[in-house]
Amino acid sequence: MGLYDKFSRLVEERQQFQLSGLNPFGTCIDEIYSATEGRIGDKKIILAGSNNYLGLTFDAESIKESQEALAKQGTGTTGSRMANGTFGAHLALEQELAAFFDQPTAIVFSTGYTANLGIISTLASHDAVVIIDEDSHASIYDACALGGAQIIRFRHNDAKDLERRMQRLGEKAKDAIIIVEGIYSMLGDVAPLKEIVDIKRRLGGYILVDEAHSFGVMGPTGRGLVEELGVEDDIDIILGTFSKSLAAIGGFAVGGKQLDVLRYCSRPYIFTASPSPASIASVRASLRQIAHSTELRDKLWENAHRLYQGLSALGYKLGERVSPVVPVMIESKELGLNMWRGLVEKGVYVNLVLPPASPFGMTLLRCSVNAAHSFEQIDAIIEAFAELKA
Amino acid sequence: MAMENQQQLLDYVIDCLGQLVAAGKVVKPDSDLVNDLGLESVNVMRLLMMLEDELDISIPINILMHVKTPEQLVAAIEPLLGDQ
Repeated sequence: MGLYDKFSRLVEERQQFQLSGLNPFGTCIDEIYSATEGRIGDKKIILAGSNNYLGLTFDAESIKESQEALAKQGTGTTGSRMANGTFGAHLALEQELAAFFDQPTAIVFSTGYTANLGIISTLASHDAVVIIDEDSHASIYDACALGGAQIIRFRHNDAKDLERRMQRLGEKAKDAIIIVEGIYSMLGDVAPLKEIVDIKRRLGGYILVDEAHSFGVMGPTGRGLVEELGVEDDIDIILGTFSKSLAAIGGFAVGGKQLDVLRYCSRPYIFTASPSPASIASVRASLRQIAHSTELRDKLWENAHRLYQGLSALGYKLGERVSPVVPVMIESKELGLNMWRGLVEKGVYVNLVLPPASPFGMTLLRCSVNAAHSFEQIDAIIEAFAELKA
Repeated sequence: MAMENQQQLLDYVIDCLGQLVAAGKVVKPDSDLVNDLGLESVNVMRLLMMLEDELDISIPINILMHVKTPEQLVAAIEPLLGDQ
């Protein structure tokens, strides 16, 4: 058997996408003009598919500090956090994150994916049981598999189903690790954390929350869903990323004092190079913005409501709640692909998501808004969807 | 539903699979779930949920690493029935 033979079905599927027009998986955005605009081919487009929730990718202060760090500290650290890859700025950012979350410990990772991999795989070793939401991000699944824990899934956002599974574990429930997300990336819905915390209080276990899509977006100071629901004292570890609201690349975990020990045994933390000085500098600047003002968050939610209401009024089937992620549910893969191409033609880029990346076998046109979108741009997105209906 | 023996469990798994695979596919005990039945990962997960509900057990997804056929699935699930 050839090395790549097992991928022949996948190759065939991908070729069909490429032959029939613009490929939705790996589209080249030829130029980026701002947090909301770019160019694909000769078409100027509104970016309505990024995770740039606060629109900070072109923030002047973040760019200035990033450029200064680049000039003073170089293009990369060329080393592990464990060895030569911890600069003063990495530690400063960890202290700032810990202070922002009012927690004793923060650890910075090279990406959000490796933050999940680094924390979860180390805790969820062979003798552990993890109970995860079925709609969890791939990084959570991969982390659990890497750790070797017994992986049990519960129905998406169904606290009763989680409780049933905890009860089935008997005594083992006391040590089970429950993992959920703040905002789920595909449907924009949120974990029923209050109910989950109640289960933990009664049956035991530990709770890890991945706030990748909710950090900077929810909560009175932007800490995420945990803060929004006032359950911070019951959550053991919060995980997050720099590649969404913080507009760069990297990841983090915050938690109690004991979290720090994972630095010395987490392979995804140790065996990779640390984030570049430029990235760390822009994250520090963006974090200050989040900490000091609610303006961007308020604008983000105004935009989210406007897009949700506009698309809903057109009769599109959307996610259950208003969120910066607005999934438009489409009846079939073929229709989804045609609509995606139609939107690009009309100057709007969204993400086409097909199973297995989407939940429950759905085809989604995953729209996402950010704080930098103007109302005119939001209206243009709605208008493009309206024209597809015409 | 209490499954009294392995055959009864196998019949139930095959019945569930019949609801998940494309019309016309014949499900046999040794059918390869992916290559013969064309089952996508989302449907494999659905199958596990159907079995969990019916048998009132939690099935760790780790078992899937060693399961390719309905009869292998039954062999992997059977030990869990005594546990819970």
